[in-house]
Amino acid sequence: MNNMLNVSSSPHIRHEDTTSGIMMDVVIALLPATIVGCMLFGLNAAFIVCTCVISSVLFEFLWNLILKKPQSVGDFSAIVTGLLLGMNLPPKTPLWIAVIGSFAAIIVVKQMFGGLGHNFVNPAMAARIILLVSFPSYLTTYLEPFTHKIVGEQGTITSATPLAIPFETLKNGADYSLKEMFFGNKSGSIGEVSAMLLILGGLYLIIRKVIKPIIPVSFIGTVAVMTYLFYGFDLRITAFYLLSGGLFLGAIFMATDYVTSPTTDLGKLVFGIGCGLITFAIRKWGSLPEGVSYSIIIMNILVPHINKLTARRPFGVKGVKENG
Amino acid sequence: MSKERILSPVKRIRAGISLPHFKGTAETETVNITPEKVFIPVVMHIGAPCKPTVKAGDKVYVGTKIADSEAPVSAPIHSSVSGTVAAVTVKELYGKPTEVIEIDSDGNMEADPSLKPFPVRSKKALVEAARLCGLVGLGGAGFPTHIKLNPPKNAKIDTLVVNAAECEPYITSDYRECMENYDDVIEAIYLIKKVFKLERVVICVEANKPKAIKKLYEMATDKRDKDDTVKLMKLPTKYPQGAEKVIIYSATGRQLPPGKLPSDVGCIVMNVTSLGTLYRFIKTGMPLVSKRITFEGTAVKKPQNVMAPIGTRVSDIIDFCGGVDDSFSKIIMGGPMMGVSVIDGEGVIEKRTNAVLVLNPSSTAPSTPCIRCGRCADKCPMGLTPANVEAASRIGDTGRYEKLNINLCMECGSCSYVCPAKRPLTQVMRLAKAELRRKKQ
Repeated sequence: MNNMLNVSSSPHIRHEDTTSGIMMDVVIALLPATIVGCMLFGLNAAFIVCTCVISSVLFEFLWNLILKKPQSVGDFSAIVTGLLLGMNLPPKTPLWIAVIGSFAAIIVVKQMFGGLGHNFVNPAMAARIILLVSFPSYLTTYLEPFTHKIVGEQGTITSATPLAIPFETLKNGADYSLKEMFFGNKSGSIGEVSAMLLILGGLYLIIRKVIKPIIPVSFIGTVAVMTYLFYGFDLRITAFYLLSGGLFLGAIFMATDYVTSPTTDLGKLVFGIGCGLITFAIRKWGSLPEGVSYSIIIMNILVPHINKLTARRPFGVKGVKENG
Repeated sequence: MSKERILSPVKRIRAGISLPHFKGTAETETVNITPEKVFIPVVMHIGAPCKPTVKAGDKVYVGTKIADSEAPVSAPIHSSVSGTVAAVTVKELYGKPTEVIEIDSDGNMEADPSLKPFPVRSKKALVEAARLCGLVGLGGAGFPTHIKLNPPKNAKIDTLVVNAAECEPYITSDYRECMENYDDVIEAIYLIKKVFKLERVVICVEANKPKAIKKLYEMATDKRDKDDTVKLMKLPTKYPQGAEKVIIYSATGRQLPPGKLPSDVGCIVMNVTSLGTLYRFIKTGMPLVSKRITFEGTAVKKPQNVMAPIGTRVSDIIDFCGGVDDSFSKIIMGGPMMGVSVIDGEGVIEKRTNAVLVLNPSSTAPSTPCIRCGRCADKCPMGLTPANVEAASRIGDTGRYEKLNINLCMECGSCSYVCPAKRPLTQVMRLAKAELRRKKQ
C-alpha cells in the first residue's frame, strides 16, 4: 500500500476515440478518391496534393514554433486541411499557388483565429475561395482526364467542367455518360471527380461514427430536389448536375467539418438544407458555374446562430428554449 | 414467460452512452468479511451529521445504535460489529476530516439482544421503520429513505419505481441482491404497495441482465399480485439509465422538473438493495449495518462481491480478497463513471458505497482543444451542452452558468467519457456548480 495513488475527478474511464484518431479516419476516407484523381490527371496532380499536405503541416509547425505555442502537428488536423485543399484544386494549378493556399488555410483562416476548434469557416474551403478570387485563370483551368497519357506530363488539353456546359446543350442530348461520371472519368478538381469513392469514404466515416449522415444527405438531397424541380423534371439531367462539380466532396467532407458545422441534429439538418439551397441558387442564377464552396462558407458563418436556435431543451425545463 | 408482461420503456431519453460492462463478478456468491476494526463515520447521508451516543469503552453489538440526530433530514447509525468502542475520533476521509467511531471487534459478530421484529401496517410505521433502520438511498445518493417515504400531504403518489438498473460498469451488488435476497425485496415491494395503495409498481432492470430479468419476472407475476399492478420493465442498456430522473422518465414518461422531488410527479424510487434492507429490518429488527460491495478492477486478483460491515477499511477488503497487483495506481469508491478516487486504502465503506475498484495505470491521452464535435451535448441525458459550460468557465463568464442550466447536471460523466479531445468536462461542470452555489450564498 505504498503506491502514490492517482486521484482524479470522475469519470475514471474514457472512450478510446481521440482527435488525432478522428483526423486519421478522415484521411483514410479521403485517400481512395485522391489516388484516383491523381491517376486521372497524372503526376502533376499528385505533386499538388503532396505540396498542399506538406506545406500545411509545415506552416502549422512553424506557427507554433515561432509563437512558442505547444506543438499541435500531432493532432493531424493540418494533414486533413492540406489534403482537402489539394483535392479542391484543379490539376494544372502551379505549386506556388498551392503553397499560398496552404498559408491562407493554416495561418490566416485557422491559426490567426485561435487554432484548431476556433476557426469560424472551413480553412480548406476558405483558402480555395481566396485562391479563386486571387488567381481566377489558374483556378478555372481544368484538364481533360488522362491528358498526361495523351500529350505527356507537361502537355495540356484543357476542358470545361461539366457544370460549364449550357443547359440547352444538355437538353438537346450532350455527349456524356452518367456511369463514367459516377466512377470519376470527368474533368474537375483533383479530388472531386469520383463520386463513387467519395461516397464510399463517407460511408466509412458514418460506420466509424465520425460523422452523422444528416448533413451530406440533406445537402445533396436539397440540390437534387431543386435541380429536378427547376430543370424540367428530368432525372437524367438531375443526376448529371449532382455528379458535376464538387458537390459530393463538399457535402460529405467539407460541410461535415465539426468545427464549422452545427452540433445539434436539427441544426445539422438546417445547415445541410441551407447549403443545398445556396449551392443551387449560385449554380442556377449566379455568374459562377459552381457554388458548393460559397454555400458552405456562408452557412459556416451562420453556425453559431443555428446552434443557438436549435439547442436541445434541457430535461424537464418547460417553455425555455435558451440553452446556449 | 409470456412476452407481453415485460414492459418496454414508456419514453426513452434521447441520449445515453454504451459502456463496456465488465460485470465479471455477476455470478459469484457474496462472501462475508469480518474486519478486526471498523471506523464508522457519523455522516453517511445527505443531511445533518449524527452525534455519537456512545463513548470509548462502551460495549456494543451488531445493530446497537451508536449515533443519532434530532434533525429531520438525517439517519441514525448503528454498530456493524460486536465489540468495544475504542475511540470517538477524527479521521481523514476523502481528504476531509470526519468524525468517526472506532470499534474493536471481538470477532463474534453478536447481534444486539434488544433487536426485535418491527411489524408495519401503516404508512407511519413504514416511515418509522425506515428511520430506525438508518436507511438511506443505497444506489449512491444517500438520501434518507424515511424522508422519501414521507412525501408532502398534497402529493399524490401512484407509482413505485424499483431501480435495479445498475448501469455503471463493474458493479454487480444490486444484481446479487436480486439473486440472493429476492424474498426480502419482493416482500418490501408488496408492503409499500399496500401501505401507499399504489396503482402500479414498475421494476426496472437493464436488458444486459437476463437472469435478473427472469428472477424479477417471478416477482412481477407473483400470486400476491392479484390486480396485476406489479410490472417488470426491460430498459435499454444505456448509461445512465439508473439515474433517478432518467428511470422515472423511462418507467412513467413523466419528466421531473429541475429542483423537484420524485414525489412531485407521483413517484417513489427505491433501489433494490434499499428495499431488501428495509424488509430485513421489519422482519428481524436488524438495521443497516453491512453493505454488499463489488470488489473489482484491473488490478484485482480475485474479483468478487463481499458483504462488508459498514466502517470496514478498503485496505482490509483488499487483504481479505487476496490482494491486488503491486502496480495499482487508483482506488475508486463506487463505479468508474461516478465513483470517487481516494488517496489511500484508509477509506471506509459507507452506507452508500456499492463498489471498490482498484485499477492499474491506464494510458490517458492528453487534453487537446475542443473540436466542437458536439458529442457531449448529444449524449447528455439532461440536454445540456457541457462544451459551452467549459467555454464559459474558461473565460470566467460565470453569469452564463444559470442560462446554461448547469444545476441540472448530475455529474454522470457521459460528456467526459465521449469527448475525443479528452476535455475535463464533468470536472468543469462540478466546479461551475460549486461556483454557482457560492455566488448564491
